[in-house]
Amino acid sequence: MSQPSPSPSSPAGPPSGSSADGTPAENAPAEKRSRRRREAPPSTGLDGIGGLGAAAPDTFLSVRDLRVHFPTDDGVVKSVDGISFDLARGKTLGIVGESGSGKSVTSMSIMGLHKPGTVTMTGSIRLGSEELIGAGSETVRELRGKRMAMIFQDPLSAMHPFYTVGHQIVEAYKMHNDVSTSVAKKHAVEMLDRVGIPQASSRVDDYPHQFSGGMRQRAMIAMALSCDPDLLIADEPTTALDVTVQAQILDLIRDLQSEFNSAVIIITHDLGVVAELSDDIMVMYAGRAVEYATAADVFERPEHPYTWGLLSSMPRLDRARTDRLRPIPGSPPSLINVPSGCPFHPRCAYADRTGGLSQSQRPPLDEKAPGHYAACHLTPEQRTEIWENDIRPTL
Amino acid sequence: MTASTAPSPDTDVTRGEPLLRVTNLTKHFPIRRGLLQRTVGAVQAVDGLNFEVAKGETLSLVGESGCGKTTTGRMLTRLIEPTDGLLEFEGKDVTHSSMRALRPLRRDVQMIFQDPYGSLNPRHTVGTIVGAPFKLQNIKTEKGIKRSVQDLLELVGLSPEHYNRYPHEFSGGQRQRIGIARSLALRPKLIVADEPVSALDVSIQAQVINLLEDLQDEFDLTYVVIAHDLSVVRHMSDRVAVMYLGKLVEIADRDELYTRPMHPYTTALMSAVPVPDTNRRTKRERIRLTGDVPSPINPPPACRFNTRCWKAQEVCRTVEPPLVAMAPGHQVACHFPENPDGAPAEPALLDTPRTRADDAPATREDDPTA
Repeated sequence: MSQPSPSPSSPAGPPSGSSADGTPAENAPAEKRSRRRREAPPSTGLDGIGGLGAAAPDTFLSVRDLRVHFPTDDGVVKSVDGISFDLARGKTLGIVGESGSGKSVTSMSIMGLHKPGTVTMTGSIRLGSEELIGAGSETVRELRGKRMAMIFQDPLSAMHPFYTVGHQIVEAYKMHNDVSTSVAKKHAVEMLDRVGIPQASSRVDDYPHQFSGGMRQRAMIAMALSCDPDLLIADEPTTALDVTVQAQILDLIRDLQSEFNSAVIIITHDLGVVAELSDDIMVMYAGRAVEYATAADVFERPEHPYTWGLLSSMPRLDRARTDRLRPIPGSPPSLINVPSGCPFHPRCAYADRTGGLSQSQRPPLDEKAPGHYAACHLTPEQRTEIWENDIRPTL
Repeated sequence: MTASTAPSPDTDVTRGEPLLRVTNLTKHFPIRRGLLQRTVGAVQAVDGLNFEVAKGETLSLVGESGCGKTTTGRMLTRLIEPTDGLLEFEGKDVTHSSMRALRPLRRDVQMIFQDPYGSLNPRHTVGTIVGAPFKLQNIKTEKGIKRSVQDLLELVGLSPEHYNRYPHEFSGGQRQRIGIARSLALRPKLIVADEPVSALDVSIQAQVINLLEDLQDEFDLTYVVIAHDLSVVRHMSDRVAVMYLGKLVEIADRDELYTRPMHPYTTALMSAVPVPDTNRRTKRERIRLTGDVPSPINPPPACRFNTRCWKAQEVCRTVEPPLVAMAPGHQVACHFPENPDGAPAEPALLDTPRTRADDAPATREDDPTA
């Protein structure tokens, strides 16, 4: 929120590249081929971002035109198809989207968790001064845990049931720090205490199944933060939790972030959760960013019909009750056969107002307002009119 | 939504004929240990519920996981047998009816399950799944079962050509529609929907909610919706019952409950809901409940919420608060309710952020019982 200029200024990058392929089906492979040689250091800008695209000085994580494709028997699954964003220390980026929009694949790519050989990754992910795409697995392994860490959605399956919670934290800590087990264990107790686990010194020897859902999530946060990472990725960190516990965990993440000054990416489908935490928000649809702006802009002046749809389709406690919800028709597209043009056009109520552009050309992620990017063919006047007359009054 | 959207705010007894009445409904799951499998304790999943469901209304059960809402739903459909209490459907006691005696009840009471992946047999086609109720109940339809099934599929927004497909060919939202079609097959009177939309994406959620409402209007259905999402509940329900650790702590008409929650737990629950509005983040003061829900094996004495409640006093640990009507149509089980009588009906979560200075002592966050 407070730092809109550096981060949203960057995503100008991908659109120019992605928009180039007017007929994505044909041009995409060629473009991909050229990308595959990851020759250019990313800060020089892959898509002619130029000075704009060079990450702002305080940028810590910089993703440029990331594409993650999985070849399968049925065709290439384009889980992530050209997204870019920047993130500074102490800031939070919220990535929102429905299942299959590529949110989790993005985070797994940053963490280097995709199995080599099953995936084609192009573009650039820079963490500090390190380029992660194409880096050796040992290099990424060094960084993982130490400089970047992840909180998973389901803490029961993310933790090893066979080892005590303490053991798992100690293991991670010793991997990156040359300390004795007893020192590491002391550190583990401190971390558990810090995340609010009562009687941490005795609970450290408990097994994951002895913890409740909320405590397990806390333990996982303790594990993720044990090496004081600069980047924390939280993938649906509260989806499995009850609402009161969710509130505790969100508060905890916020407190820890200000304490450790880490960069945080929070991935969720819950617009309420991102509104609580994020400085910037990226809305993803079918592997692409459709809107990228500060949190306040996304909620108060959303520019993309998909974002409008998301906001209209959810019942809200902070508004008078409406008689009927206004769902987005249809369902998300298959990532093997992404619709031509704007991938959202089959579900978009306004797609016929663009004179066929929506059906034929992929809209670039343009700066619609300062620091506010959206990928839509509607003209500014059309968008203002629709937002003011159709959408806003019904929210 | 239905005829009962504006029920007379009298006591619950006068709101039309109850379709379902529950008196002191209790379910304890025994814990057995040792060689002789002696019963050493019990999970007190549901403990002494009293409520009625009027014809045509939607009653929601809300609460956190482990509060017994699913167990309650399963008792209402008699998928499990209550340990104690009375369950009456249309005035008939079905608490301990045998499987055979329940057969007719199954036509009238159906269930929609939470997990659209687990609740459909992957080896059966959609036609078999949706047609199963007809076969099980030996019902002949005028146009034949296949035709009836296809009509049902159309009704819930699927294509009749999907008849021969298998569940894996459908998305989560479509599967949930299949489950809904199955539950509608026998034209039931009551549908118990256990988290019908929580596994679905936001945009699909709204579609299914709208579908459920349309069906309710069309077939004059009564719903008991089990959910944890308070905004969904507000949208769907006529009345809302809040559960905590197997007990009913508050039950009221929707608007009454959301504008004037009385039980501290309800207030905390509502303030914890993240709201998609970045302004509120700074303005709103949230009631932060500490700790987790205690174990239902050994629940706290008297008021079960006393370990997490910021208002708890000695009496809360010794005397169990009864569920009494504190306002018309609004029953609460609390010794120190919030927003008591006379207080203006202050919108708890509507546009003005709520100042909690009056009833929020600073000690709340360092609750010693945490």
